[in-house]
Amino acid sequence: MNQEYNHTAHYAVGIDLGTTHCVLSYVELHSDQEPAPHYVMPIPQLTTPGSVEEKSQLPSFIYQAHEAELAEGDVALPWNAHPDTIAGTLARELGSKTPIRLVSSAKSWLCHGGVDRHESFLPLNSPEEVAKVSPIEATFQYLMHMRNAWDHRFPDTPLIDQDVTITVPASFDPAARDLTAEAAQRIGFKHLTLLEEPQAAVYSWLESCSDSWRNQVSVGDIILVVDIGGGTTDLSLVAVTEDEGNLSLNRVAVGDHILLGGDNMDLALAYQVKAKLEQEGKTLAPWQIMAITHSCRDAKEILLTDPDIHNVPIVVPSRGSKLLGATLRTELTKDEVMASLVDGFFPHVGIYDHPAQQARGALKQIGLPYAQDPAILRHLAAFLCRQQAAANELLGQNESDFIKPTAILFNGGVLKAPVLAERVMTVINNWLNEAGAEQAKQLAGTDLDLAVAKGAAYYGSVRQGKGVRIRGGIASAYYVGIESAMPAIPGMAPPIQALCVAPFGMEEGSAAKGPNQEFGLIVGEPVRFRFFGSTTRREDAAGTLLDHWDPEELEELPEIQANLPVEGRRPGEIVPVELASRVTEVGTLCLEAIPFDGSAKWQVEFDVRAS
Amino acid sequence: MNIDLTAMPATIDLLHAGLGAIALVFFILFLVKGGNKTAAPAETQAEMPAAPEAAAKPQPVSQLKSTSPDAALQLLALLQQEARFIDFVQEDLTGFSDADVGAAARVVHEGGQKVLKEYFSLEAVRDEQEESRITLPEGFDATTVRLTGNVVGQAPFNGTLVHRGWKVAEVKLPKLAEGHDTHIVAAAEVEL
Repeated sequence: MNQEYNHTAHYAVGIDLGTTHCVLSYVELHSDQEPAPHYVMPIPQLTTPGSVEEKSQLPSFIYQAHEAELAEGDVALPWNAHPDTIAGTLARELGSKTPIRLVSSAKSWLCHGGVDRHESFLPLNSPEEVAKVSPIEATFQYLMHMRNAWDHRFPDTPLIDQDVTITVPASFDPAARDLTAEAAQRIGFKHLTLLEEPQAAVYSWLESCSDSWRNQVSVGDIILVVDIGGGTTDLSLVAVTEDEGNLSLNRVAVGDHILLGGDNMDLALAYQVKAKLEQEGKTLAPWQIMAITHSCRDAKEILLTDPDIHNVPIVVPSRGSKLLGATLRTELTKDEVMASLVDGFFPHVGIYDHPAQQARGALKQIGLPYAQDPAILRHLAAFLCRQQAAANELLGQNESDFIKPTAILFNGGVLKAPVLAERVMTVINNWLNEAGAEQAKQLAGTDLDLAVAKGAAYYGSVRQGKGVRIRGGIASAYYVGIESAMPAIPGMAPPIQALCVAPFGMEEGSAAKGPNQEFGLIVGEPVRFRFFGSTTRREDAAGTLLDHWDPEELEELPEIQANLPVEGRRPGEIVPVELASRVTEVGTLCLEAIPFDGSAKWQVEFDVRAS
Repeated sequence: MNIDLTAMPATIDLLHAGLGAIALVFFILFLVKGGNKTAAPAETQAEMPAAPEAAAKPQPVSQLKSTSPDAALQLLALLQQEARFIDFVQEDLTGFSDADVGAAARVVHEGGQKVLKEYFSLEAVRDEQEESRITLPEGFDATTVRLTGNVVGQAPFNGTLVHRGWKVAEVKLPKLAEGHDTHIVAAAEVEL
């Protein structure tokens, strides 16, 4: 299929579809230069009513303006005089003063199983007259904005014809991946691939050190990717092995979806400053807290990067035209930032110091499931312990209680602060020291803000056979729950068995089907299955039936649903089917119900609509 | 003690902000009106040698271009939006302490710096150290270097670099929608 690209695609395009920002990067596929130069596309967007600026990032926000709010023509974009949607900087700015009309964090909603993600419910909890969109629609709009910007810039090479790679968190479940792909397919991309963000960061590192990467890592190395973005923290492990004399890279494990990132840190500082002002007898309105959060972000960056600066003033100007007298002033000191960020989010913790397990019951509540424990390093410790055996198959038995990374690759804006990066390194090295292992080294050379988009674009050329490709497949095994036929015992839930339908590590384009996978589906009635994922059970083949498992081994995911249409059958008829799984070329998991009579197969839906 | 510590930086900022504000005022005045003033002497000089010949003909009207106020208004709007520039300059400072003015000056300074950084690429005209001696060769560009003081004789000129000068290498102002009223440099805000 690589040949197919050669005909239509001129560029490999990488899109980092972030929780707070989107970035589009591209390389020419048939460039004469070696290595082919990398570009980040400036994205024209409204910044104030009536004015359009090009920026390298598109803030992932949509503003649902009131019809009386903006003058006719003040929302014109270069490619459309009357766009229906306001996305980007202006959306964020307007929304900071009118939050009831602001759509934000669509990406976090995409992987939130407790809601119907096709339903239009964003902005959340806003008055009825505000037009609502679904998380998929919002994702679609961000992509559409970038498509329009691209087509406006390169009218001869439309974006949909290019080789497009969209990044998703490694921790996205099959439903969230599916929904991202669905939004992208609505755009019309002809050559679409999904790539895990930490892998994209590794690709960016590979590209930045070109051939010398082979000198920086060797067989047996385990690279830990720590990606701390604005809204989420994503972890992955990549093992270095040898294949026919060449070094090869294998992504062996990914972490949980942790809704914890730089935004939490800015907010933590803002509330600290608020408390300080309140001690001085000043009360703050919500808009002032917003302004403080903004100033704290800048102050944090200065205090964490410049060792000579010990305090930065935080100034909140008045809202009215009288600036003097009404402007609040305080300051943020280095000690405060160190205490609340470094010690609050990155405390010195032991390898066995893990975050308290979050109750799964919280899944149903409306609102995003933010991480309750802000200590990112505790989440990291838990991940390394849980994935103790992740590289056993490739690198041999690990005798320790946790997997020992030998190299660390950072990604995400938060880790641009040297203090925070150093703290993460120190704590990991303490763990390694105590276990008698060698110190891990830090892999450098990537741009922490743009690495994901750049790596994704580079991946496009890797797919054409240039450079090394990271092997991985799906980072989780998947199971459907089967209730055992057993007499009911009052007060006891019927015991449930888990049937493996998709084994760990299934590669793109491969399929799996095992024994025991027969089900009777009722025609015309949706049948729901409980659905589980495991990032640690690597040995289970398709068809493996589990009677019991440790609670931390299998994580229950939102239910999935098979819906057999009535076509050619009697409603209520029971059709014997078997379940088969495959990983599509795009990179999404697909579960199918295949009737034994050989008639058409049906896709099992991961995203179950509210009934 | 405390008063000194807070007053010191505030005063410095006031000075800086004051200077910055004045510079910006002149810059805007220059953008709005200055075009004709600078163009005028150049035109008259050019006319000089031609004057005797052209005595019979009517004096050609000098080609003064008037700049569109849109760009100036746009810059004002950006400065107001990011730096509260108009609010600050329009305010009467009497009766306010330097600490108050200093706090407001920070807003103006931070925002003004952001505007300059974002929309203009500024570079120095001369790379040499200020207060160092430099030599201007024959045929130097009089628009980039202004001679002052004992201006006599012929190039090359030796002199002291008093100010390095500023040059805008690139302007990238936002594009405006057709029909956008640039005279509204800050819309009134009504909270419902």
